[in-house]
Amino acid sequence: MSFFDKRTSKTASNAKHVVDPALQPWVEKYRPQTIDDISAQEHTVAVLQKTLTSTNLPHMLFYGPPGTGKTSTVLALSKQLFGPDNFRNRVLELNASDERGISIVREKVKNFARQTPRAQAVSEDGKVYPCPPYKIIILDEADSMTQDAQGALRRIMENYAHITRFCLVCNYVTRIIEPLASRCSKFRFTPLDPHSATDRLNHIATAERVAVTPEVIDALIKSSGGDLRRAITYLQSASRLSSSTQPPTPITARDIQEIAGTVPDQVLHGFAHVIGVDVPGFQNEPPPKSPFDAIQKKVKELSREGYSATQLLNQLHDLVVLHPTLNGKQKSQCGLVFAEADKALCDGADEELWTLEVALQVHKAVV
Amino acid sequence: MSLWVDAYRPRTLNDLQYHKDLSARLKSLASSGDFPHMLFYGPSGAGKKTRITATLLELFGNGVDKLKIDQRVFLTPSKRKVEVNIVQSNYHIEITPSEAGNYDRVIIQELIKEIAQTQQVDLNAKQRFKVVIINEADSLSRDAQAALRRTMEKYMSNLRIILCANSTSRLIAPIRSRCLLIRVPAPSKSEMQDVMQYVSRRAGFDLPPDVSDKIIADCDGNMRKCILVLEALKMQSPDLTGDVTIAKPDWELYCNKVGDMIIAEQTPARVMDVRAKLYELLSHCIPPTVILKTIAERIVSRVDEAIKPQIMHWAALYEVRMRNGTKKIFHLEAWVIKVMSIYKHHFYGMDLTELMEDF
Repeated sequence: MSFFDKRTSKTASNAKHVVDPALQPWVEKYRPQTIDDISAQEHTVAVLQKTLTSTNLPHMLFYGPPGTGKTSTVLALSKQLFGPDNFRNRVLELNASDERGISIVREKVKNFARQTPRAQAVSEDGKVYPCPPYKIIILDEADSMTQDAQGALRRIMENYAHITRFCLVCNYVTRIIEPLASRCSKFRFTPLDPHSATDRLNHIATAERVAVTPEVIDALIKSSGGDLRRAITYLQSASRLSSSTQPPTPITARDIQEIAGTVPDQVLHGFAHVIGVDVPGFQNEPPPKSPFDAIQKKVKELSREGYSATQLLNQLHDLVVLHPTLNGKQKSQCGLVFAEADKALCDGADEELWTLEVALQVHKAVV
Repeated sequence: MSLWVDAYRPRTLNDLQYHKDLSARLKSLASSGDFPHMLFYGPSGAGKKTRITATLLELFGNGVDKLKIDQRVFLTPSKRKVEVNIVQSNYHIEITPSEAGNYDRVIIQELIKEIAQTQQVDLNAKQRFKVVIINEADSLSRDAQAALRRTMEKYMSNLRIILCANSTSRLIAPIRSRCLLIRVPAPSKSEMQDVMQYVSRRAGFDLPPDVSDKIIADCDGNMRKCILVLEALKMQSPDLTGDVTIAKPDWELYCNKVGDMIIAEQTPARVMDVRAKLYELLSHCIPPTVILKTIAERIVSRVDEAIKPQIMHWAALYEVRMRNGTKKIFHLEAWVIKVMSIYKHHFYGMDLTELMEDF
């Protein structure tokens, strides 16, 4: 039988969709349930706390780098406002995996926005929820909406403001058109500080009964760069790998680096040495006779190893910029090269050519 | 009779000859029941695909190799029809969305959601989920990648996605962070040696080590190419003794010839000759990036140390322009002229760098 038989999809929709918690990604499993659970972002949490008691809510625009808790915050807030039973008919969540052209905004969003909120259902769990008299429309990843679609939202937001609140969530606030941004109160989400990230990771590790050392947590935070979702996913992957071997092996910092796709320091230093940057451990080796051939050979070797060029360049950038003996001029020349290469790689340029280009230019700048 | 590459391809994780610890890892993941989304990346010919099929076999047992090929038609929002080939078994489905060009987002949204929303109907299946393999994931458009983000989280119970890519650079960070990254490096020389000896033993002949060394040196870590070359050689000279020469592909020889032409003479007339040759290459569907890289490598191997970096610099620059632009030949030609002028200036010992910057 093919996957696509209509019959199967019908039976599936009849059966209640139950997710086995053991199979859930930890990111979903440990999404904060109330806004008090949210790590860091004190300012935003404080403001939203007030709306819980006052039943008044502005249109909101959440922006900030990935993995800082934007979607979690709005989901937690709407859960607390409406409770599980009213959640389904009071909240509409749309994200980039749904079609969101101008036609959807005109039909689906508008239809949902104009509905008068239904009467509050009696919640089964016996708790009392504020359940204010409006609905919430969450537009996740709003920066990937087209300009036209955003334009169509303008009037809808105003017309139905008495019964509907919008919450736009995005990474880049500059991609939201000005008229929309000015209708919302903006909340900026900052990258998580290491302290609260550590707390959260430790909490999850204890709940999942995974033994982690402080070094592992450190490696997680370093390789995720303030993105809590990434850190949690890495932790889950690492725990899967470690628990699937017989007998279970403890998680090491190196495992985390391998999962994150980081280039090992030894490889990076070898590369830096060839292009003429002084690194610890290579002082005694003489510089190669023909620098071009040596560099070309090294770049070929690296691309055979399969390391991603962006990752390699990021790490090389950190190494060069924080280098103790290079002077300002050399560093800024290297910086220019890295910027150019990053743009080229974003445009889909050939990785080997550009790694070679960066290596040659850095070599020229530092020698 | 199938090619040796297919006939002697390892089928199970135990048969894989190199990256043993990676195989062990995959094996334990497949048997643990808690199987994540995965992203396999590495150079071509390193064995990504072989490892993916072996992992599937480990996950689902024998049903996965009963494949059928389907063609499906999708309708884009602008009512255009896009046709895509799908390879599927009862447990998995394999797509190459880049076939659809700009419309890959439609395929991702429709097809994957459709699969994700249906549950496994075969009660004897070993796993509750289906696997979707996305080939050439690095050529997915931004939109398509964004469409994958939430789908990957939401339908985790019915669906696992395995992405297969040459590099992670072109994948957006949210996708990377949702997958378990599996790096498949190219095999080392000795590992390739072992595989070739194994293949020749299975095919029933002795492989002299010097021949295999030659092949390995020629193939640059690409295992698939290695075995194809071996088979071709065996066809040419069945005893594999004496002086075997590995025939380079025509286009490579042709590119080298173009490189030599550029070095030999730098005149407008020569540019026209080169242009004709470049057109010839392009009309035979050799990717422009490959042409540029091959010619550049030929040239830098034959010129003075001092101008090598410059030649590569411009090669890199024109390569990226070529991608952004639509007419490939313009940029190839511009680069050829650039190289000629660099070469000539260097040859006559003139330093005209200031003039060249306006170029």
